[in-house]
Amino acid sequence: MKDHDQRALNIDMAKFNQVFFEECGEHLAEMEQILMSLADVEPDDEQLNAIFRAAHSIKGGAGMFGFHDMTIVTHVLETLLDKLRTHEMPFSSAMIDLFLEAGDVIAMQLSGYRDGAEVRQEAVDLIRAKLEHMIEGEGAPPAPLEMTRVESRAVSGLSADHRYELLFTPDPDLFQRGVRLENLMAELEELGSLSVQAQVSDPGDLNAFDPTLCLTTWRFVLETTASETEIREIFEFVADEEQLQVRDIPRDSRAAGPDAAETQPESFDQVKKENPGAAPAAVAPATAQPSGRRTSDTSEMAPSAFGRRAGETEASIRVGVTKVDQLINQVGELVITQLMLAQTAASLDPVLYEDLHRSLLQLEHNTRDLQQSVMSIRLVPISIVFSRFPRMVRELATKLGKQAELKTIGETTELDKGLIEKITDPLTHLVRNCMDHALEPPEVRIAAGKKPVGTIILRASQIGGRIVITVIDDGAGLNREKILNRAMEHGIPASDSMTDEEVWPLIFAPGFSTADAVTDISGRGVGMDVVLSNVQSMNGRVTISSESGKGTQITISLPLTLAILDGLSVAVGDDKFIIPLNSIVESLQPTIGSLKTVNGKKMVQVRDDYIPIIPLFELFNLRAQVTEAEKGVLVLIDAEGEKAALMVDALLDEHQVVIKSIETNYRKVEGTAGATILGDGRVALILDVASLLQMHKKSM
Amino acid sequence: MQTESETTQAASEYLTFMLATETYGIDILKVQEIRGYDTVTHIANAPEFIKGVINLRGVIVPIVDMRIKFNVGEPTYHEFTVVIIMNVLDRVIGMVVDGVSDVVALTPEQIRPAPEMGAALDTNYITGLGTQSDRMLILVDIEKMMSSEEMQLIDHSR
Repeated sequence: MKDHDQRALNIDMAKFNQVFFEECGEHLAEMEQILMSLADVEPDDEQLNAIFRAAHSIKGGAGMFGFHDMTIVTHVLETLLDKLRTHEMPFSSAMIDLFLEAGDVIAMQLSGYRDGAEVRQEAVDLIRAKLEHMIEGEGAPPAPLEMTRVESRAVSGLSADHRYELLFTPDPDLFQRGVRLENLMAELEELGSLSVQAQVSDPGDLNAFDPTLCLTTWRFVLETTASETEIREIFEFVADEEQLQVRDIPRDSRAAGPDAAETQPESFDQVKKENPGAAPAAVAPATAQPSGRRTSDTSEMAPSAFGRRAGETEASIRVGVTKVDQLINQVGELVITQLMLAQTAASLDPVLYEDLHRSLLQLEHNTRDLQQSVMSIRLVPISIVFSRFPRMVRELATKLGKQAELKTIGETTELDKGLIEKITDPLTHLVRNCMDHALEPPEVRIAAGKKPVGTIILRASQIGGRIVITVIDDGAGLNREKILNRAMEHGIPASDSMTDEEVWPLIFAPGFSTADAVTDISGRGVGMDVVLSNVQSMNGRVTISSESGKGTQITISLPLTLAILDGLSVAVGDDKFIIPLNSIVESLQPTIGSLKTVNGKKMVQVRDDYIPIIPLFELFNLRAQVTEAEKGVLVLIDAEGEKAALMVDALLDEHQVVIKSIETNYRKVEGTAGATILGDGRVALILDVASLLQMHKKSM
Repeated sequence: MQTESETTQAASEYLTFMLATETYGIDILKVQEIRGYDTVTHIANAPEFIKGVINLRGVIVPIVDMRIKFNVGEPTYHEFTVVIIMNVLDRVIGMVVDGVSDVVALTPEQIRPAPEMGAALDTNYITGLGTQSDRMLILVDIEKMMSSEEMQLIDHSR
């Protein structure tokens, strides 16, 4: 039954794996680029940090997706980089080569997962040993004790006496008997260097396929000094005599023999030849460090996910963002041109020019459709990011001995593809921090009178023209004392008299970490500065609120740089503004009786509520046609729970508008969330009701 | 021949424009285009010399009126009012001037250091004085000027 779940999960994971592969590739490329640019010169802190972050992100992603052997190399790499970064260790030019080599190994592991390419485990172990050796001491010979196993295995490939080919065709009920193949492989591996292939001869009707049966033939190639008897001993309780064929391959056949198993393409051919009729013959290359799940993954998934690069062509194309942006701009221009045409045509006699009007109507529909399609290219639901986390939380919970529940709210909130890509890393760090630092172990939670299961909530919503993503936990909250102490240790300006609001942002300083122990999950203090820099690069804001013992809430607020917005256009004097529809409650023309003055502030009574009036012309210093509330129109707005009545001259129209950034060429304009281009080609500012309310409060 | 070709190579080209009676020159490579003055959208609480923003083929571009900023000439807007659209600091910014004259090539020998003088522009932004026949050009480092705090075009707090 467990296999069933596993399979469903794997299929879901396939698309996220793809995302990880792409990101990992990008991080590797970045790392390599920086390393190459160094040319034996000592890197500055910025470059070291960048390399470190790349390694850290790969490790985080690999850990999250369960590619644990990728985290091994990255973890050691990261440790070394961290020492360099903190100047615990001097830099030497040999390190660059080592880092490049490590990058290659990670790339090899990546392509192993992605394309099913061969992964040379010796290379993995070798680089790991080299890195560890580098960490332990410059110049000293490889430490004999720790490394012997690794080294000997790397060397055993050359000096092993025998090379055995083992063909193991187990009983179909192998798994039901409780046999774990991964244990077997681990035992074999102790004897020498091992490579494993799973061969499925004929799975039969896939609909009737019983995943609890073992239909695989396992082909092991073992280079070892051990005798055949020793190998047979391992299989003693698993295989009958005829189920296990052991063949000693002469050493020199490696170079000459056509059935040499070293190279992957040959084995592929070989399997095809062996099973001419079997349609989905799956060959799963596995590394010598087999985790049972992965080997079974690959055999089941080979044609669909991992082998996709090799086989099927992808049903999508990667296009440069600038091309898409250009397209969006051009379509925007087209819409404006169409609107101008419509305005001109409106003055023409509808009877005489009936055909023209009909065509123009058609044109309007077509341009709208086109605009929507083009806009949708860039928009993706945030669920793509959110759905990465349940698994990560579960795995981290097991690892850390904590209990946690992850809730996601507002997964359908759509945001720009570019934002999705950039928000992934910060969110990963935040969720990881929640698990590692914020949530307490169950005993501590019970002692504090809380549920043993901690809750992490991921919430996304569009509020007042901004995308707001909140990570909430009900953990221990931030520790003020610890943060202040740590800040002072690191020479970050801090004092005891600072307010909580001033203390919390200290955790964004580079290198800051209050974790007592550095784990491979977090605690190296890269997380938060990456979070801040990524969010700021999107013109976003991060705010923290925390209460000791109750939990922490970290809010990321992003501008809607490229999103579309439903808005109401209003007029104040000669100017037009767009108010986002989702922040409008209602609009009304007040009667004189409903207008009150409380403490000199103008209020309007709407049913039982008294709502403050904000005259937009006053706030923006405009010449308005209407200055008295009873003659104007009040638009009731709701900004994060707070209500206000915005006073304007008139309501004009409802539009779907393209949000353009003012900040690209100008600075931020207080009270606005961007601008848009109206039908007449003019620019209209889009109001940000939350910031209008703040402006209003300040002006009083 | 030799010397002539050398001087042509070393010459840089400047777009010259008028502010009241003075002629200024800016690096032609910074200029994207020249267009007429359109209706701008006023920006709330912006300084007076920032006229607002326009839609330049889908891009929102701020428009600065140099005449208001430096208190020269008459800030009138009619069909001959000219806006120079520039590419500075990876931004697109429009600048209203009294008129655009032409493009001149100046060799380094034709450029003198700027003396302390009473030009409308702060001498900090003036890179030199160019002379060509009987005309004098005030050469402006437009990038430095537009990025300065007093222009209030860029958020310096960030």
